[in-house]
Amino acid sequence: MIRFLFKGIIKDKSRSLLPIIVVSLGVMLMVVMFCWIHGIMGESLRLNANFNTGHLKVMTRAYAKDADQMPNDLAILRVDNQLKELKTAYPNLDWVKRIRFGGLIDFPDSNGETRAQGPVVGWALDLFSPESKESLRFNLERSLVLGKLPAKPGEALISDLFATKFHIKPGEKFTLFGTTMDGGMAFKNLIVSGSIRFGSASLDRGAVIADISDVQLALAMDDAAGEILAFFNSNRYDNEQASAAALAFNQKLKSIKDEYAPVMITLREQSGMADFIDYVDAIGSVMIIVFMVAMSIVLWNAGLLGGLRRYNEFGIRLAMGEDKDHIYKTLIYEAVFIGTIGSVLGTTFGLLIAWYLQTVGIDISGIMKNSSLLMPSVARAEITPTAWYIGFIPGLISVVLGNALSGIGIYKRQTAQLFKELEA
Amino acid sequence: MDDSVIIKIERLAKRFPVGTGEFTALHNISLTFQKGEFTGLVGPSGSGKTTLLNIIGTLDYPSEGEVEVVGRSVKGLTHKQAAYLRNYNIGFIFQTYNLLQVYTVFENIEFALLLQNHTAAQRKKAVMEALDWVGLTDKFNSKPSQLSGGECQRVAIARAMVKRPLLVLADEPSANLDAKNSHNIVQMMKRLNKELNTTFIFATHDEKVMHYLDRIITLRDGAVDEDRLILTRENQLLC
Ligand SMILES: Nc1ncnc2c1ncn2[C@@H]1O[C@H](COP(=O)(O)OP(=O)(O)OP(=O)(O)O)[C@@H](O)[C@H]1O
Ligand SMILES: [Mg+2]
Repeated sequence: MIRFLFKGIIKDKSRSLLPIIVVSLGVMLMVVMFCWIHGIMGESLRLNANFNTGHLKVMTRAYAKDADQMPNDLAILRVDNQLKELKTAYPNLDWVKRIRFGGLIDFPDSNGETRAQGPVVGWALDLFSPESKESLRFNLERSLVLGKLPAKPGEALISDLFATKFHIKPGEKFTLFGTTMDGGMAFKNLIVSGSIRFGSASLDRGAVIADISDVQLALAMDDAAGEILAFFNSNRYDNEQASAAALAFNQKLKSIKDEYAPVMITLREQSGMADFIDYVDAIGSVMIIVFMVAMSIVLWNAGLLGGLRRYNEFGIRLAMGEDKDHIYKTLIYEAVFIGTIGSVLGTTFGLLIAWYLQTVGIDISGIMKNSSLLMPSVARAEITPTAWYIGFIPGLISVVLGNALSGIGIYKRQTAQLFKELEA
Repeated sequence: MDDSVIIKIERLAKRFPVGTGEFTALHNISLTFQKGEFTGLVGPSGSGKTTLLNIIGTLDYPSEGEVEVVGRSVKGLTHKQAAYLRNYNIGFIFQTYNLLQVYTVFENIEFALLLQNHTAAQRKKAVMEALDWVGLTDKFNSKPSQLSGGECQRVAIARAMVKRPLLVLADEPSANLDAKNSHNIVQMMKRLNKELNTTFIFATHDEKVMHYLDRIITLRDGAVDEDRLILTRENQLLC
């Protein structure tokens, strides 16, 4: 019987082909968009974690209040000691000290006059310790455009945009101007070892990356650092673990009333990240709802949903001795059948397109020019495990729900009434 | 109930809600049908022929009175029970054929059997036999759209007959057919009526159909106006 009915659906193009096309298109679009948004958001989240927030961050309470302004006068003192303590207390995390700083770089010409000058945002990282993962985290190797990575103290990387603009070659000397911890003027001569492009507009505007020992020297931050960051070894942010760690850490220091006492903050708690993470998590649900509604409306308007157009057939089947419950049930089976085929097709094509977008990527640096969030400039889709099934939810529900609702008409009308539509 | 009685109707009334009031489509109908009858309901348009057939066929229910079909009172049948009764005992034939367009002739007829539990081989045998009754064995693989009106109606007859019901209800089966085809299909049904002892009840305006009936019940304004046996040669022999 079921087989017989399925044969009927397949032969009746208006009942199979069109709904399947609508569902597959919808599901395909949804899968592509899901992977796409997830790719961009996920990448952006990773960039933010790697460059700015870490999975956990320790700062002084005072620094934490204005962390965006990189107030290095409020930096953590005796930072190596602090770092060692943290490493022992939380061995499952990778702890690193960093200094973020604002400043100016100045390239002299052969006469010592300024040839090129520009504001920069700087990262002081542990580049030279053998166990340091910082250059991996910053993806330095692959972001390198000219020259090489710093190999010894005194060498630094600069933005390729800056280097290109002023025709700066590796090996050139420049002076970094900044502010010392106690508010004085600081400068240090460094050598360009290479230029880098991260592929994120806000990072590439003007950046300097130097080893932390150089910056500590330059800014008179002996054994001090603005931030200590921690990363899960899995490299995936785990909010539960992070929150627990931060809570325990902060609880212990609660009684101390010193604004230079350290405070531990999770990635989620840092500026704007909570909304961002929630948004990434919510994408799936939001898209399911949007696409479900959209597909239902399209199917409905096209009159493709079961029931309504099929009273003639139902009348015949009733006359032949099929009962209403059975007709209703087969209507749902049909919907599951159509919905499944549509979802499978849509998901397959969607994943193929997503896979292409994951491999190739699209340059969105133009759109992202003024964004302060760290966004990758080449957007790539990301096929997450969810992408394999997420399209089935709206794909199936839109058709099943549609048929379930329109099928109620079978019960609402008297048998003879349904039947009368035969005569018309 | 007498074993030879297939339908027994007593003081049947049928009212339809119309606007705020009611419209009485049938009233005070009392009729008995014997197994093997070949009977026509005739009467002007709106006299209640279709309404009566629908009630006998359990597609509609009586407002008042008693209706027994194949020994079962239709009052209080759940729609499952009514469906079961139709499935095993009643075949329908319509003015507009009502074949399922997407299926072949074979499948249209087979459909009636799918609701019962037969094996594929049993179904095939029964369908081919039914097609043989109506002379369409060579068209089993055609689509309804490829058939003439007369052929469609013959398929519909085969579909109604394939499960060998006790009762066939035919609402204006010849209304869309020309004279030749009308004669043809009624003769076909008459033959099946004789061979299988199936009871046929028609609703019809068609003089050509009336010619073959052995009982004519005339309805007027929802009531039985006249109920007469026709003395065909066979009936005469019986009398
Ligand atoms: N569902 C309904 N609601 C209201 N009135 C109805 C309904 N069904 C039938 N009627 C009325 O009942 C009367 C009998 O209708 P019915 O269809 O039985 O007539 P009929 O004898 O079959 O006519 P025809 O020869 O035109 O087919 C008609 O007046 C019709 O308008
Ligand atoms: Mg009628």
